[in-house]
Amino acid sequence: MMTIIPQLIIGVTDLAAAFLFMYGLKRMSSPVTAPSGILVAGVGMLVAVLASFLYAFNIGAAARPFLLVNIGLAVTALLVGGGVAWWSGKKVAMTAMPQMVALYNGMGGGAAAAIAAVELFGNKAGGVTQLVVTLIGALIGAVSLSGSLIAWAKLDGVISKPFRIRGQQVFNALVASATVGIGGYIVCVMQGVITSPVATPDLIYLFFGFALLFGVLMTLPIGGADMPVVISIYNAFTGLAVGLEGFVLQNPALMIAGMVVGAAGMLLTLLMAKAMNRSISNILFTNFGAAVKHKQG
Amino acid sequence: MQFTIAISGFVALYIFMLAAFAGWVIIGHVPAILHTPLMSGSNFVHGIVVVGGIFALLNASTVLEQAIGFFAVLLGAGNAAGGFAVTHRMLAMFQPSGKPSHAGHGHARARHPKKG
Repeated sequence: MMTIIPQLIIGVTDLAAAFLFMYGLKRMSSPVTAPSGILVAGVGMLVAVLASFLYAFNIGAAARPFLLVNIGLAVTALLVGGGVAWWSGKKVAMTAMPQMVALYNGMGGGAAAAIAAVELFGNKAGGVTQLVVTLIGALIGAVSLSGSLIAWAKLDGVISKPFRIRGQQVFNALVASATVGIGGYIVCVMQGVITSPVATPDLIYLFFGFALLFGVLMTLPIGGADMPVVISIYNAFTGLAVGLEGFVLQNPALMIAGMVVGAAGMLLTLLMAKAMNRSISNILFTNFGAAVKHKQG
Repeated sequence: MQFTIAISGFVALYIFMLAAFAGWVIIGHVPAILHTPLMSGSNFVHGIVVVGGIFALLNASTVLEQAIGFFAVLLGAGNAAGGFAVTHRMLAMFQPSGKPSHAGHGHARARHPKKG
C-alpha cells in the first residue's frame, strides 16, 4: 500500500500532463487562443514535476541510504536552475528571444544526455534494445546541447563569422561515424560480446566527447541568418532525445511529450524553411552565405 | 499488488507513432507569425525531461550518478522555467485587445518583433 498509491498518483498526473501538453500546443497553434495555450501546458508541467517527487516512495534498495541527500539535491537543482532561467527569460530583451530559446533548448538536450549518462554509468539499461535507445538518445541530446550553444553564441554575437574549412563535410561525416562506432562498441562491451582493453566509463566519456564535438562542427559552418531554422531542428532533436530517454525510464509522459515535440518541431522546421524558400539540406550543408559571396564576386 | 506501466517492444513503437502523428497534426495549419512562439512553446514542452532527471537523481547511488543527476535536473528545470517565461512573453503580444479573430490577427502581426 505504501508504494501503490504514489505510483497511481504519478500515473494519473503524467497522463494529465501528456493531455495538457498536446491541448496546450493545439491552442498555441492559433493566434486567438495562443496566450492561454502556454498556461495550459504550464499547469501540466507543474503537476508532473510535483508528482515526480513521489518516486521517492519506490526507489531501488541501493539508492535508499542516499534518499534524503538526493531529494535535497533535486530541490536545490530545481530552484537554482528554474530560478536563474526564469529570471533571465523575464529580463531578456524582446529581440534577444531566439537565442534564449536556443539556450533553453540546449539545456533540455543536455538534461536528456545527462539522464542517458546516469543510465550508462550506473549500468541500469538492461537488454540490447534499452542500451541502444539510451545511446541514440544520448547522441541526439548531446548534439542538441552543443549545437544549440553554438547557435546561441552566433545569434548573441559571441561567434560572428561562420567557420568553414576545406573538406568540412567529410570531416564532420568522419566524426559522426566515429561517434556511432564508439556507441556500437559500447553496446558490444556492455553486453559482454567482446572484452575491451579500455575501461567502459572511459568509452562513455569518449562517446559523449565525440557527440558534443559533432554538434559543434555541424553548427559552425551555418550562417547566423539561418539560425532560427537550425534552432528549430535542434528543438525537434531534443524532443526526440527526451522521448527516447522516456522509453528507457519507462515514463510514458516523457515518451509522448518528447515525440509530439519531435514531430511538431520537424514540421515547424520544414514550414520555416519553406517560408525562407530554402530546403533543410540546403540550409545545413551548402554554406549559403559563402555561395552568395562567390556569385557576387 | 504492483501497479506498473510496462511499455516495451511494439507497444512503445505504437505510442511513438501515435504521438508523432499527433504532433504533426496539431501543428498542421499554423500561420507563419506563430512559427517562433510555437518553436518556443514546444521547447517548453520538452522541458518535461526534468521529471526524468528527478527520477534518475532519486535513484542515484554513487557520487558520479548524483552529480550527473543533479546536472540533469538543473538543466531540465532551466529548460522548463526559461521556456515558459520566454513563450509567455512572446504570446502575450497576441492578446486580443478588443476585437478577436481578424482584427487581432492583423494587430498581432504588426506588433510581432520578428517575422516568421
